[in-house]
Order: sequence, then C-alpha cells, then structure tokens
Amino acid sequence: MMSFMKGRVLVVDDDTALAEMLGIVLRGEGFEPSFVADGDKALAAFRETKPDLVLLDLMLPGRDGIEVCRLIRAESGVPIVMLTAKSDTVDVVVGLESGADDYIVKPFKPKELVARIRARLRRSEEPAPEQLAIGDLVIDVAGHSVKRDGQSIALTPLEFDLLVALARKPWQVFTREVLLEQVWGYRHAADTRLVNVHVQRLRSKVEKDPERPEIVVTVRGVGYKAGPS
Amino acid sequence: MSGDSAASAPGRSGGGAGRPVGRKAAGSRWGRFLESGLLQGGVQGSPVLRLFMRWVRRPLLPVMRLWRRNIQLKVVVTTLLMSLGVVLLLGFVVIGQVRNGLLDAKVKASQSQATGGFAVAKQRADEAASRTADDPTAVDGRSSQNVIQWMSDLVSSLSSGGQGAFDVVTLPAGDNSGSGRGPRASGGVDPNESVPQDLRARVNSSTTAAQSYTRIIYSGDKDSQPALVIGKEVNDPNGDPYQLYYLFPLTQEEKSLSLVKGTLATAGLFVVVLLGAIAWLVVRQVVTPVRMAAGIAERLSAGRLQERMKVTGEDDIARLGEAFNKMAQNLQLKIQQLEDLSRMQRRFVSDVSHELRTPLTTVRMAADVIHEAREDFDPVTARSAELLADQLDRFESLLSDLLEISRFDAGAAALEAEPIDLREVVRRVVSGAEPLAERKGTHIRIVGDQQPVVAEADARRVERVLRNLVVNAVEHGEGKDVVVKLAAAGGAVAVAVRDYGVGLKPGEATRVFNRFWRADPARARTTGGTGLGLSIALEDARLHGGWLQAWGEPGGGSQFRLTLPRTADEPLRGSPIPLEPKDSRRNRGLNDAGLPRGGGEKTATVPAQPTGGGQVPTRDPIAPRLAAVAPTADPTALPGNGARVVPRPAGPARRQGEQPVVEAARSTAPSGAADAGPEESNDQGEAVRGR
Repeated sequence: MMSFMKGRVLVVDDDTALAEMLGIVLRGEGFEPSFVADGDKALAAFRETKPDLVLLDLMLPGRDGIEVCRLIRAESGVPIVMLTAKSDTVDVVVGLESGADDYIVKPFKPKELVARIRARLRRSEEPAPEQLAIGDLVIDVAGHSVKRDGQSIALTPLEFDLLVALARKPWQVFTREVLLEQVWGYRHAADTRLVNVHVQRLRSKVEKDPERPEIVVTVRGVGYKAGPS
Repeated sequence: MSGDSAASAPGRSGGGAGRPVGRKAAGSRWGRFLESGLLQGGVQGSPVLRLFMRWVRRPLLPVMRLWRRNIQLKVVVTTLLMSLGVVLLLGFVVIGQVRNGLLDAKVKASQSQATGGFAVAKQRADEAASRTADDPTAVDGRSSQNVIQWMSDLVSSLSSGGQGAFDVVTLPAGDNSGSGRGPRASGGVDPNESVPQDLRARVNSSTTAAQSYTRIIYSGDKDSQPALVIGKEVNDPNGDPYQLYYLFPLTQEEKSLSLVKGTLATAGLFVVVLLGAIAWLVVRQVVTPVRMAAGIAERLSAGRLQERMKVTGEDDIARLGEAFNKMAQNLQLKIQQLEDLSRMQRRFVSDVSHELRTPLTTVRMAADVIHEAREDFDPVTARSAELLADQLDRFESLLSDLLEISRFDAGAAALEAEPIDLREVVRRVVSGAEPLAERKGTHIRIVGDQQPVVAEADARRVERVLRNLVVNAVEHGEGKDVVVKLAAAGGAVAVAVRDYGVGLKPGEATRVFNRFWRADPARARTTGGTGLGLSIALEDARLHGGWLQAWGEPGGGSQFRLTLPRTADEPLRGSPIPLEPKDSRRNRGLNDAGLPRGGGEKTATVPAQPTGGGQVPTRDPIAPRLAAVAPTADPTALPGNGARVVPRPAGPARRQGEQPVVEAARSTAPSGAADAGPEESNDQGEAVRGR
C-alpha cells in the first residue's frame, strides 16, 4: 500500500513549532521528513536530501518561498506543495507560476495535508506501458518522456500527468473541475486557478507558439481538450 | 433636469383627480406645457398630441441641450435679444420724434400757404362777382362760361405761386358736378384720385379748412408721392360753393425720414452685433477659466490627482484658480493618506492573517493528533480532546470570516466574474448540505432548474452565499422542507431559499444581516455559526452589484433571495422572484378567504382584479415594468432609480396584485405579521441595495 511507501519530504518552514508538528504528522503517516528553516539554505538542503516532495512555506526569512520554488524548479521536477496563509491574493498565482504544483491554505487539517502529499506522490505508482500521441508529440507514459521529432521535452511530473490526462481522451473536453480531480486528486471543487496556471506552464513548454496553442486547446466556457494529432 | 417632473412624480397625483391643469392661468399653462411636454417628454393627453409633440421636440432637442449646457450661448443670446429690444424701442422713439419735427414745420407752412390761397380765391371770387355786377350785359350762359374760365385761371394762377412746392385742385362741392364745374388740377394731378373721400366729406360738411395725408396720383407717368392735402369750401363768383384743395408733396420729408431710418437701423444693427460680440468676449473671459476648472475637476474626479489649473494675474478668476488648486492639493494629500492607510490596513490584515494562521495550524494539527488518539485516554481527557477539536473548527471559521469581512472593509475584495450556470452552483451547494439536511430530517428541493440560469458572477463567492443561505435554512427549518428556487428574467437572475421553520419576527428581516446578530440569544447553536455568514454574504452580493434580501414571518418560515445582474456592472432593476413567497401566510390567508380587494385610498384608483388562486405570486415582477406604459401606470412609474422601485410593488399590475393583499391582510390580521410586509422589504431593499 501507498501508506507504507517511503517518501522523503523536505519541509521548508521557519516556524519551528509548525515544522516539528508537521514532522510528527508526517512520520505518523510513514514519511521521512527533513527540515530547513532558512530560504537561503533551502536549495542546499534540497540537493543534499533529494526529497520526493517539498513542502514550502511562502513566507521565509532570507530568500522568500517564491524564489526558493523557482530555484528548485529550475533543476528538478520534484513536486512542490506550497503552504500559504493567503488564499485569495496574487501570492497563490505567483507561487503556482513559479513552479509549485499545488498549494494548501493554513490552517489545514493533517488529513488534508497528507491527502495532498499522497496525491502528488501517487503517479509513480502506475507504470503502464503506453504510447500516446497528441498533436505532433509522442508520449511514452511508462518511460515518462515527451518527444517532438525525436527531441525530448522536459516536463515536471504534474505537467506530464496533465498532458497524459488530455492525450488519453482526445475526443473529450475536460472541465477544470474534472482535471482537478484526475490530475490533482481533489474530490471537491477547488481552486481552478491551479489548472489555468499549469496549462499555461505546460503550453510554454510544449507549444510551438504558446499564443496560438495547438496541443492544449481552450474550449471557451468549458475547459480544455487535446489538439488534433 | 431632474427626473422629478410633474408628469412622472408619483406623489403628486395621489391627492386629487389628476393634475389641475385647467385651474392654472393661461400663461403658466403654457409654461407648464413647455416644461412638462416639450422639455420633459411626459405629455399627457391624446396620442395624437403626444405624437405631434414628439415630432416637434425631436429637432429641438439638440438645441435645447446646447442651450442648457452652454452659458456663453445663453448670455450672448440674451444680450442680443435685450439689446435688440432696446435698440428697436429707441429707434421707434427717435423716428417718431424726427417725423413729428419734420412734419410739424411742413404742416404749419402748408397751412399758412393754404390759408393764403383760400383768401386769394375768396378775394378773386368777390372781385369777379363785383365785376359781373357792374356789367349787366352779362347773361347767365356767359356768366357760367365765365365761371369755368375763371376757375381754370384761378387754379393756374394759384398753383403758379409755388411751382413744385404744391399743386391746386378744385372739386365740385357735394355731389353737384353740374354747371360744368368739373374737377380741375394743376401739375398733372389726378384730382379725383388724389383727394381722399373722407376729406371731401369733411370739407363738404364744414366751412373751415380740413387737412389729411394722402398720396398724389398723377395722370401721367409720374410716380405718385406722399402729400399733405388741405381743403376748404369756397364760393365762386356766382356764389356757388366749390372745394379748393392744396396738395403739398412730402417727398422731401419722406426722404429725410427714410435717411434717418436707414441710419438708425444701420447703427442699431451695429450696436446689437457689437453688444453681442462684447458679451461673447466678456463671457468668454469668465467662462474659459470656469470651463477649465470644470474639465480639471472632472479629471480630478477621474483619479488624475496631479491636475492643476493655470493661474495668471491676481483677479477673481485667478483667486478661483488658486483656491481650486489648493483644494485639489488638499484632496490629493487626503486621498494619498487614505490610500496609504488602506494599504497599511490591508497589509496589516494580511500580516495578521499569516501571523495568526501559522500558530493556529500547529494547534490544529496537534489537536487532531490528540483527537485521533482519544480512545486511549480516560473519558474526561477524551471529551476534552473532542471539545478542543470542535472549538478549533469554530475558531478557524471565525478567524477566516473575520479576515474576509476586514478584506471587504478595506475594499480589497476583488470580483473574479465569469459566466457561470447558477444551477451547477446550486447543485453543488445542495449536495454539500445534504449530510446536514439528513441529520435534521430535511428534504431540500430545487425548483426552476429546467433551463440554464447563467450570469457573470464569481462562482466562489456565489457558492459561499448560497451555501450560507441553504445551511441556514436547513438549520432553522425545523426538519421541514427547504425549497431552492432559481429564475432568470430581464437582466437579472435570482435564487431564493425558502424554509418553513421558525421564521423571522417583524423587523428582523433587516437585522439578520448585522454582524454577530443572533435570532434568539437564548437559543442554542447547533452548528456553531460565526454570526458573520450573512454579513459576508451581503458583502458578496454587493460586490456583484446584486441584492441579498430577507423576508420572514413568525412561525411561517423565511425566504432569502439573492438577485444578481446577468452581466457584471449592469444595474439591477428588478428580481425575477418576488421576495415574499406565494405560500406566505398572508397570501394564503387572502386566497382562502377570497376577500374582496380592500378599500382605502391607496387602492381606490386601482381597478378590481379577479381573485385567482396562484395569480398573484406567479406574476413575474419584471413584467409590470413593461405594463407601466399604460395610462394607469403613471402613479408609480418612477424613472431612474430602479433599485428603489423594485422591492415595492412597482407597476400597476403589481399594484393591483399585491397592494390589496396588504390592505386585506391588514384588515384581517392586524397582528405583527403585517409589519413584515412590503414596507419592510422595501426598507430592506434600500438597506441591501448594491452600490
């Protein structure tokens, strides 16, 4: 079962009490937490511990969370979940745009946090040999690679999942809510900005012209669908 | 022009039978007509007249608008008109004086000339008579021959005295044209045409001289000319009377007069034009800075706070400019201070949010861990863990509600509107409230979800509002059904949540939206609401430019209605769902009893309406606005501020439909129930009206 899966989680938070509490909860759920309290030291700790997931507080001494997020994303596709106290400000969007996969608003329940972490770690659980095509892209689901004309495109696991979800059913238009459920693992309707931001990020990587997308097509008023292959 | 025209104000027509136009004086009636008809557009009366007025008004409208808006035009036109009047008056007076002066001299000279002439004629006649008397050989025929000759001589000799200055005409006296004494005239004057008939009559009837103005008509090609004619009856040598006229041409005087007239007209025209130009220049000097100030004030109010007036000189206008600039500067300073304050406040809220939430997260997680492990504890500690977890939930929602309210207060709440189908939102909300409803034994029904109910709205906020309303309804519904009704009409969509629980007491419909208000402080709270839910919901509705209103009756349940404009920023005019539901006690009571529509002065002008079972509530409240065109509509056809109109029965149809209901309810149930009626909902409408 997944709960016994070994998951290294790097907690970047300056509040020692919260960090300790997070450690208790995470250990209780079978994760292996490690901690760093300073934004400046976050990247070094990340390289050292090579975590499977990063829990990142947005407000940090030294480098702020956004900056740390950008630095980690620059060298790794590891899932990043932001911890934020502000749900409706631009901070969330900025955090998502700087590379975070998901966010969770303080105060949260331990179960909620664990569910998010599991959802982000789950995808490595299902290695099914599968070849998909979307537009002029070729997706090797098991090999976790996306290629255009033999040229490999680097995607984060989340972006990869998003692309695969669309490519598996090219005839279907996905609403943002459906994508949230399939890709992020949300049961109930959550913030659809997650989808918007990540579709933008995905497009910037896979589209020839992100202004005129051909791979991930917007269906006005409904959602997104895969472009014709 | 205010919208408060006589034709459309509802209050004034209530007193008497229509407007007492007939009683007004004619002058003010015209003014009224102009005011109410030509300018306001609300012409009463026959459709033909209205059509005509519209036809007349259309080309006039731009002119009227320019007139109303342009003070320079006003002053210049007024100056022109007034100076024109003055110049005309002056001109008439001067011309009158000149004419009198010119003619007086001429008339005096002419009179003495004529008097002399008459004397000469008399003398000649006497001389001739005495000669005839001396010469007895003369017979009658000869004497008459002599008279004819004598007359011709007289005319030529009299006229020879003033060649061109006057002409002489003789005419027979009375009708007596016999004895060969036909009319004679000097200088080619047509004697019959040139002497006016009434003068001849006057001369005939008196022995003194008479005078009159006339035109000399010449028998030749010569043009006629104005003249003074003086006549007198004199006797010829035979003692027979004849009329002798002196005609004095006034051509010279007329020439002088027209010269004066021409000069005056030219001068007057110049004066008027110059005065107009001067007025234009003077007004421009004053108006230009005023216009500049108006333009800058507009730009200031549009947010360009750095705008200032140019100030030159030290006159009054310059002082105005200085004062204006000072005001603008102070305004800018204050606004900046307020902006800073608001920014600080927002910053503070944001910081508090973070600072409070981080420790709360830790506490929350710790409490959950303890809560999970409570089975291992002794009962007291286990219960404590439960209480801790529950109250943390409450603390958390209170905190988030507080932060939300302070965000509204700081004006930091932003609307992220996009077209959403309210049915989806309602279904989500209802399915979310199902667990609570099951616990309470309540069944939630959705009505009116056959067609899409689409509006530009912030789904998150609308969902929050509706969740609040539905949860409230379930909580206070005492296990009875809760009905969620959707409707769309005109530019508005509405969701009404109806419950049949304890309801609201009179006056509570407004108070439910107050912060931390509790229906009954003594009543236990089951789900531990924060007391801020409806306040936040109200703010959310306001943010959309929509309304959130409540209706309720004690023991009869309540209805909360959310009305949103279909497109964001469009002002609301009405709601597709009446605030008071059709199954309210009042409506049912009326329908059961089948009471006649009540009397009273409010309903006196409303024709009776058949008492149909569900007729009153099924009436679409938007529809009466269309019917308001009918002649009976003007009592309540209040233009403009639709928000004020809506909660009150607006059009005649609604008046007919609902107003009597109120009256009837009053008469049958004088308890507190009547107080929670339209009046209160109206107050509510004002209180809740989105701004």
